[in-house]
Amino acid sequence: MEMLQNKHSVCIAPVQVVDMATLMRYVNSSRMGHRSIALNCSASVARAFGVAAGKPLPAKVKIVEVGPRDGLQNEKTVVPAEVKIRLIDMLSEAGLPVIEATSFVSPKWVPQMADQVEVMQGIHKKPGVNYPVLTPNLKGFQAAVKAGAQEVAIFGAASELFSKKNINCSVEESLQRFEEVTKAAKEQGVLVRGYVSCVLGCPYEGKVSPEKVAQVAKRLYAMGCYEISLGDTIGVGTPGGMGEMLEAVKREVPVDALAVHCHDTYGQALANILVALQMGITVVDSSIAGLGGCPYAQGASGNVATEDVVYMLHGLGIQTGVDLHKLMDAGAFICQFLNRRTSSKVAQASCKL
Amino acid sequence: MGNIPSAVKHCLSYETLAQDYPWLVRWLQEEKFGAICEFPKTVKIVEVGPRDGLQNEKMADHVDVLKGITKSPHVKYPVLTPNLHGYQAAVEAGASEVAVFGSASETFSKKNINCSIEESMLRFKEVISSAKQADIPVRGYVSCALGCPYEGDVEPAKVTEVAKMLYDLGCYEVSLGDTIGVGTPKSMAKVLQSVMKEVPSSALAVHCHDTYGQALANILIALQMGISVVDSSVAGLGGCPYAPGASGNVSTEDVVYMLHGMGIETGVNLSKVINAGEFICQALNRRTNSKVAQAKSCHCVP
Repeated sequence: MEMLQNKHSVCIAPVQVVDMATLMRYVNSSRMGHRSIALNCSASVARAFGVAAGKPLPAKVKIVEVGPRDGLQNEKTVVPAEVKIRLIDMLSEAGLPVIEATSFVSPKWVPQMADQVEVMQGIHKKPGVNYPVLTPNLKGFQAAVKAGAQEVAIFGAASELFSKKNINCSVEESLQRFEEVTKAAKEQGVLVRGYVSCVLGCPYEGKVSPEKVAQVAKRLYAMGCYEISLGDTIGVGTPGGMGEMLEAVKREVPVDALAVHCHDTYGQALANILVALQMGITVVDSSIAGLGGCPYAQGASGNVATEDVVYMLHGLGIQTGVDLHKLMDAGAFICQFLNRRTSSKVAQASCKL
Repeated sequence: MGNIPSAVKHCLSYETLAQDYPWLVRWLQEEKFGAICEFPKTVKIVEVGPRDGLQNEKMADHVDVLKGITKSPHVKYPVLTPNLHGYQAAVEAGASEVAVFGSASETFSKKNINCSIEESMLRFKEVISSAKQADIPVRGYVSCALGCPYEGDVEPAKVTEVAKMLYDLGCYEVSLGDTIGVGTPKSMAKVLQSVMKEVPSSALAVHCHDTYGQALANILIALQMGISVVDSSVAGLGGCPYAPGASGNVSTEDVVYMLHGMGIETGVNLSKVINAGEFICQALNRRTNSKVAQAKSCHCVP
């Protein structure tokens, strides 16, 4: 069994647990010719070893709700502050532990977030719940803290072209800006969450190397981000790519400090999240009602729906602290205001449209 | 040395190993290392759109359809046959493969086909017996494998019992259907663990509905457990008759996108499937349920 378990480990995390002696015992064993491992490592093998069903999953997962910021930012209809506040309060009541409330980017670029101060000051901050806000630079950070923010988020990218097109500077320049933010945040006791965009593909560069993602994640973690959320910005990732990318990042950042932010543009989000859970990730970003389309594909979907994620997690026996019914109420509320259909399949199936 | 994990580099015998087992070096460097070791190399897609999908949209004249299609060699065109009468009509119309639908839930069986599971098996026995004589393969389905709209939870042991019955009667393949899409990877794993004790995994398929968005995750876990046959429906045709307005079958495009992304071969040309999906959605005047098709039609940059 020890050999078999090592074989299992080899499949998942070859770098950490390759035990050469055990590996070679396996290679030389009569059970399988050596060629068979690489070329014929089929499902029957996995089944014979009984590994797949036994992949350990976390007992708890923290959901980071990004709907009010990431979601609404990508909706065309400008939502008044009181509706945003009501939405965030409903999400707090639903038991979400982290709710991204707004963004301190210049309203010139993101008119949807122009009411940032009003929202920040208007929401009922439930004890035990975090309300991070996006801050692209030191100026945004200062405004956020002035408005009462106790946690901020900074967005890096694993793609140079995406960084230039999105925030008008190179990845290195952006990291230097963020260092100013993390330094100030440390001094003021403010938590910082880091994001890495384009971890599984870039709308401009196409493929993105897992090593590049790992480098950016490592920099953000080293400068003081308590958590790094790895974003499949255009939703092109599939489970194989998610696994490879996480393997690379886990070599540089502890898995407890990692989160996944999967977009459902190609319907792959839940499968990608499942693989991430199997690899030890315990923090998942999602958006109520799947708010927020894909800015690179007009009409296509974007963020994965929180309801669908919670449904899967609860079905897996994983605790989230979230009340799915209250969550669906919040989704129904915002969709009604936006006069749009929910992107959540769970909500559709439950007739909470 | 390239991208060799440091743990291996530090192994004193590495250089010797690299000499004696050059394939090992390639294996460790292989990008899709994890993926190759965990999943089947090829997956067979069973397209159910024209029957299961359209049945929930519109029902075409089955005889005209079966006689009208251009049958490609090496492609199978199974047809559903609930009883001997249906089987005989199918054979007369040119069917060379048939399918029978059992259920893991008694209530569902009674409500859906007006008889108990046991009675349905007697009917299927007649079909399979005749099919055997005519050398016509029979595919079996088990509905409500992960939940029933009437009974709620379904015991994996019951699913196993029905799957085994169909397999023992002579079905070459048994497709386990999450009829109302309520399953999650845990319940999928439990059912598969149970069924695989009685039916070889090579004779099993999964038929996941995406009503709660869980289909691809459920298919993924099935692949991890050794299943290599997946049912799906082009454009995700076919809603859920038990949840009006909700989706039903998982989209073939989305399944193929995932499989190809994982390096799993299907033999399917994704662009052509997308085209087929566009064609039928236009005819039905409805939007595709496939996210891949939606993204591609929106000219997403990749």
